[in-house]
Amino acid sequence: MRTLGGFLAVDILIAEDEPSILESLDFILRRAGWSIGSVTDGEAVLDGVRRLRPRMLVLDVMLPKRSGFDVLKQIRADAEMRSLPVLILTAKGQQQDRRIAEDLGADGFVTKPYSNAEVVGAVRQLLGDDAGPA
Amino acid sequence: MLSADFVIATAVAYVGLLFVLAYFGDRRAKANEKSWLNSPAVYTLSISVYCTSWTFYGAVGNAARSGLEFLTIYLGPTLVFVGWYFLLRRLVRISHLHRITSVADLLSSRFGKSSRLGVLVTCIAVVGIAPYIALQLKAVTSSIQAVAGSSEFGQGSLKGIDDVGLAFGVAAGMALFTILFGTRHVDAKEQHHGVVAAIAFEAVVKLTALVAVGVFVVYIGGGFEGIFSRAVEMGLSVDTSTSFDSRWFTTLGLSIAAIVCLPRQFQVTVVENSNEDHLRVAGWAFPAYMMAMSVFILPIATYGLTVMPEGSNPDMFALTLPLAAGQNGLALFAFIGGFSSATSMIILESIALSIMVSNHIIMPLVLKFSANRHNGDGQGVSRMLLIARRISIGLILSLGFFYFFFTRDSNALAPIGLISFTAIAQFFPALLAAIFWRDASLKAVTAAIATGFVIWAWCCFLPSFDSVSPAVSVLLAEGPWGISWLRPEAMFGRDGWDPLAHAAFWSLTINVLVLVLGSLITTPSALERIQATAFVDVFRRRGLPQRVFVPGSATANDLYFVAERVLGEKRAAALFEMVARERGIDPVMIEPTPEFVGQLERELAGSIGAASAHVMLSKVVAGADVSLEEMMQMADETQQAIEYSQRLEKTSEELRLTAQKLEDANTQLRELDSQKDEFLSQVSHEVRTPMTSIRSFSEILLEPGELDDAQRQRFVSTIHHESLRLTKLLDEILDLSALERGERSWQNVPVDAEEALSRALSVCDALLRQKGFKVEFGERVGTTMVEGDADRLCQVFINLISNAVKYNDAAQPRLRVTSMLRGGSYIVDVADNGPGIPKAERTLIFEKFARGVRGAVDQTGAGLGLAISRQIVARMNGTLELAQGSLPGACFRLKLPVLGRR
Repeated sequence: MRTLGGFLAVDILIAEDEPSILESLDFILRRAGWSIGSVTDGEAVLDGVRRLRPRMLVLDVMLPKRSGFDVLKQIRADAEMRSLPVLILTAKGQQQDRRIAEDLGADGFVTKPYSNAEVVGAVRQLLGDDAGPA
Repeated sequence: MLSADFVIATAVAYVGLLFVLAYFGDRRAKANEKSWLNSPAVYTLSISVYCTSWTFYGAVGNAARSGLEFLTIYLGPTLVFVGWYFLLRRLVRISHLHRITSVADLLSSRFGKSSRLGVLVTCIAVVGIAPYIALQLKAVTSSIQAVAGSSEFGQGSLKGIDDVGLAFGVAAGMALFTILFGTRHVDAKEQHHGVVAAIAFEAVVKLTALVAVGVFVVYIGGGFEGIFSRAVEMGLSVDTSTSFDSRWFTTLGLSIAAIVCLPRQFQVTVVENSNEDHLRVAGWAFPAYMMAMSVFILPIATYGLTVMPEGSNPDMFALTLPLAAGQNGLALFAFIGGFSSATSMIILESIALSIMVSNHIIMPLVLKFSANRHNGDGQGVSRMLLIARRISIGLILSLGFFYFFFTRDSNALAPIGLISFTAIAQFFPALLAAIFWRDASLKAVTAAIATGFVIWAWCCFLPSFDSVSPAVSVLLAEGPWGISWLRPEAMFGRDGWDPLAHAAFWSLTINVLVLVLGSLITTPSALERIQATAFVDVFRRRGLPQRVFVPGSATANDLYFVAERVLGEKRAAALFEMVARERGIDPVMIEPTPEFVGQLERELAGSIGAASAHVMLSKVVAGADVSLEEMMQMADETQQAIEYSQRLEKTSEELRLTAQKLEDANTQLRELDSQKDEFLSQVSHEVRTPMTSIRSFSEILLEPGELDDAQRQRFVSTIHHESLRLTKLLDEILDLSALERGERSWQNVPVDAEEALSRALSVCDALLRQKGFKVEFGERVGTTMVEGDADRLCQVFINLISNAVKYNDAAQPRLRVTSMLRGGSYIVDVADNGPGIPKAERTLIFEKFARGVRGAVDQTGAGLGLAISRQIVARMNGTLELAQGSLPGACFRLKLPVLGRR
């Protein structure tokens, strides 16, 4: 089910360490019609982006090995990946996290636990297409 | 028999010799501070001025009449010098510090620098000493008559002169001699090195003379034994019937007081003392001197009684015995010895008294009447002092002469001396109180001395005129106005006492009573209290009390002017130059600081007494307007201001400390608050994670259609799993929270730790096998009892084992469990061959919500397991920490105290 192999570009790369959350995201976004790739720790994100060339990134903040914010900083500092739309997911709902995310150049921000429609809506907005189902 | 002219010429020549001695002694002492004149020997010899002609002639007479009574006069001083060394040392120290010049000065200075007390003591001393001086005149007169022989008395230059005329001549000669000797200059410390040298020489002469007579008597009397056995044959024996009776003890007590209080003794012992250490030598040497003086007294008296004709004067045995044996040379030497003892006493006594009279009576009068015209006479006060002293000497000797004149018919010498002793003893209680009793007050002391003196005058002085005045005889027999209980020698009906014991008892008892009771009911003034502390605590604190002068109201010039008037131009200039040199400034620039004024006051006190010096400087420095009371009040106010500001300082310091504590507490609270925020944020995260899955999958399930049964089954099972995880998380949070508060949901009871470990292993057995773990067992101990709870202990072991499983990503995972006993502790090591724990995380892993950064294979824990385990172990009084394990990965070590093995 996961898009592996590296030759096929995906629509969305999900970086999430909780297996059940990853499964739910995979399910709802795939159902909306997008192709999905995923990584489960912070260090694997950049590699995944280069390999899978996703149109956007869904990034959890509390990742093992490297935090989501760290990863976002690197992406924005990288000439190639700078323009990649990033949707931040966090279980820490504080205002402070939202502000940090904005400062670092996140394009969207969704707090866990999310409603599926919210995530799909945010992704659709960032991808800018109406291809997916309503 | 010797010719009267020859005897008198010898005496005059002897006096001339003394004068030469004194003159060179003075020059020598001035030129060289460390000359032999400053030696303890000279000091001791000068103290033996105590042995007067009373001792030389009178003691023999006394021994002949009353047996051992004469001994008390030596015993008292011996007791003081041997046993009361500390008293003398204290007196010397105080007197040096305060430039004390006499007993009157000591008492006046101690009791608030009171001029009135000084006057009182001086007057009593002058009157009280008169009989004593009369005694010396009588002794000299009698000795001249004895040695020249009454048969030849009408011849030579003494033709037509009776004993009164002779005594007058002696007194006049003594006055002249003393004036020439003792009042050549006014000294800061009132030390007279020349006079002391002469006195010391006289001490040697009188001792040698008496010993020579003694040796001669013993020689012609056939040794001590011969003398006493002949006396026994003749029915004579030393009269011991009155030994150790009330009179004996009275004279002993009086001589104790006298050696300290007699003006001349105070002068030589205290004022002329140049080194406290000399007292040590005097402590044994002076008693030894007196012993030597007294050794031959009994043999001379006894031999005299056996060989001399009935009715001859026993006082003159020392002269008449050699004369009777035809030893004119020895008689003349003995005469010179007696003459020495008389002259030394008269010279020193009149010098000491004249200093008192001039400092305490004349000087205050001069100050009072010359206050308005202190211009022009630079040497004024100095010269005035000398004149005052010369007049005083004349006055004192006149008084002595008049007493001699009125009582010339009385026979014995010794009783006259005791009259003086009783008068002088009135100072003794006050003197002791001055240096030992802080609460003694001026009023009480003044009243005590005055009362004692009045009783002395009534009971002791008055009766001595018995033989010359019929009025006195009537008074003695019947009392004043016929009131019998006021009879001078039988006060309050105390008839039949020895008159001396009677007088001494009443005067001293009432003296002491008034002093003690008066001091208890009166309050000393401020200055008295200052002086009391300075005197009583002389050895306790260094330095002198702060003088109470208002600074700034006088210039150095004003002070110099005062100093010049009292000390004379030369000494004043020297003093100011010395002070200026000490401070490294020009003499004109000297600031009249309280210290300097205090120093100046002490210097002036050496010349004019403490009270006069204080009055004089107060006038200049403070002006007459500022009283001591005001001064003390100012000092009190300053003290209060200082205390108030110290209190304020203390309060503000306390406030500062409180603020600091508050701030610390605040910081701690903020710290705790941020910890709480952090914790809540962590909890929120941990709760939101399972909630996210539950919500998301519930929404998927709630939407219609599209899901097959397998998917539906899987999603429901995930929701179930996450709900359990959520419940477990909340349980753990509550558990940890309780543990952290120190609570324990279990009772610590003896449990078998090894059994708990085995149970945990069997619980994890399935998990281990599923993950392909190879479990190794190291050393295992048998049943080991610890304090704790079996289930909780098991929970800790399970946590450790499951952690090892969770984080171990090795290809061939291994687990090694060891248990052992070390130093009374039960130790379990749980080691694995996983990645281990990086150094940076070693302390972190026991914190709440900390999870290995390397990530667990199974990332379902909330990160509370180790924190909870550690708390559980802590509640069982054990520890849980990382250790160096036998496998490459992490090794957790649990340690619990062992209860005992079963």
